[in-house]
Amino acid sequence: MAEGKLTRAFVTPEGVDLRLELGEAGQRAGAFLLDAAIIIGVLVAATLLLGLLGIGAIGAMGRGGAEMMAVIWLLGFFLLRNFYFVGFELSAAAATPGKRAMGLRVAARDGGRLRPAAIFARNAMRELEVFLPLSILPAPQGDGGVESWAILLGFIWAGIFVFFPLFNADRLRVGDLVGGTWVVRTPKQSLVRDMADDGAERLARYDFTQAQIDAYGAKELHVLEDVLRQRDRKTMRAVAARIARKIDWTHGAIDDDHDFLSAYYAALRKRLEARLLMGVRRRDKHDV
Amino acid sequence: MIDIKVDPRLKSQRFRQEREADWRRLERLIGKVEKGSIADLSDEDLLAAPVLYRSALSALSVARATSLDRALIAYLETLCARAYFFVYGSRETLWGQLKGFFAGGWPAAVRGLWRETLVSAALMALGVMIAAWLVGHDPDWFYAFVPRELAGGRDPAATTEALAATLGGKDASGLTVFATFLFTHNAQVALLAFALGFALCVPTAGLVLYNGAMLGAFLALFASRGLGIELGGWLLIHGVTELFAVILAGAAGLRIGWAAAFPGERRRLDALAEAGRHAATVMGGVVVMLFLAGLLEGFGRQLITDTAARYGVAAATALMWGLYFYGPRRHG
Repeated sequence: MAEGKLTRAFVTPEGVDLRLELGEAGQRAGAFLLDAAIIIGVLVAATLLLGLLGIGAIGAMGRGGAEMMAVIWLLGFFLLRNFYFVGFELSAAAATPGKRAMGLRVAARDGGRLRPAAIFARNAMRELEVFLPLSILPAPQGDGGVESWAILLGFIWAGIFVFFPLFNADRLRVGDLVGGTWVVRTPKQSLVRDMADDGAERLARYDFTQAQIDAYGAKELHVLEDVLRQRDRKTMRAVAARIARKIDWTHGAIDDDHDFLSAYYAALRKRLEARLLMGVRRRDKHDV
Repeated sequence: MIDIKVDPRLKSQRFRQEREADWRRLERLIGKVEKGSIADLSDEDLLAAPVLYRSALSALSVARATSLDRALIAYLETLCARAYFFVYGSRETLWGQLKGFFAGGWPAAVRGLWRETLVSAALMALGVMIAAWLVGHDPDWFYAFVPRELAGGRDPAATTEALAATLGGKDASGLTVFATFLFTHNAQVALLAFALGFALCVPTAGLVLYNGAMLGAFLALFASRGLGIELGGWLLIHGVTELFAVILAGAAGLRIGWAAAFPGERRRLDALAEAGRHAATVMGGVVVMLFLAGLLEGFGRQLITDTAARYGVAAATALMWGLYFYGPRRHG
């Protein structure tokens, strides 16, 4: 649980701090580009499909058929533009497909329920952040003068909103400000094996003395855990030799490095956790 | 002698092993909900979820204080966060939310914006008056207020007969496309007015003022040819709904801008978020109003050509919206 720059205290009503990780600007941008690609893809596909259907409909029903296609297209475009984000964020996952792919979701900043109004507000602001600059940029190029100034202003405007999340610590978009939301990371993590499972059984074969166990602290324990998890032969050899030297292991040569290390891991963890229970947290070997 | 069998396992190891099945069950439940919907869960699962969540949460507290198993703590943190969003997430169905919105949420939000609504309406009226006065003095001002494509030949250069002809019903073809286009265009403008409120009210106020000015320019032009009454019917049949929606959109934008500029006692961010949620509730309804206005404009106006009947529809819609938003209710 590295305490990163984007880790935020988030206390549930039960009083437990969940320490949420905020989405990074890069992940946010990636999610948005993914969503934009999906929207554009759907739009292009729908336009082609409706175009083909429209040709058929004109043959079958005359002008009425073409009109129907035009209505479907207009409404579809409107819904896609305004309700793609709202619709997906209203779902249980509170994330668009892009956000889901990036392991992100929207949450209320105050820790309460994420209300539909908040989702609507944060996405209505996209009108300002995305679509307004988009509609300014492709304006016809005039002879310069006023028009080029307008385009420059459009760029500045878009720039302010696009880079807004980089200017505040919580990576808030303007929509997040108005909606009272933020975007957090909810990666899925599976429960990996407890490294003490191996060691606890082997503990009986190695009788470490109290002094030998007290040689290290929590930081070294975690390094040892990583070594055991990777199970690289050379590394284990080196680490085992080093520990043996440090604790003066004199009970003969170590026949199996992994056995020795996992036994020592279990012994060390048992000792440190016993002290933890008494309220003493030993951070590393220098911490006595 | 009693044979005491010593359990070689660590306390933290036993702690984890005893609870692991529950955590995995919770993880499965959440996975199901995240993929599909709450409807996929059986009643038994639905009841179990909060209990499992609370026990996972307390396990996290205990593990943080007593265990040095990093994998366990990292796992519990992500599991609890996911479960938290499920347990405290929205449980209402879409239908339930819509019902709550139309039955009370929306009108209440609109009533709560009455001050901004008055300001927004005043701005629009001001726009109408300024434009009408200017066009009355010099018809050339008309071109400054109304873009050419929107005027569609209805400008000071047109003859009175041509102007009168534009107020009749068109032939029925192309109506649906026209109605749809009007709806999407107006809704987009309304959303923009709302979003622009963030820039401290000014652009929103400008947009509402400009909308009023366009209206005023039309009124002045037609009134100068003695067609004022007819134009009123032509505009108001859908205009009551549409203009009201634009005024509300402006009011919603003003609320946001005001909260950003003058947060009062609260932190600026909190004030902004609260105003945003309130205004967004109003805006959700504004889109619906504009949809209805589009229908009235596209179909109602083209099919009802009698001026008196048009005024009748306008009065009916005005009464309806007025009662819906501001009428007395049983649950205040």
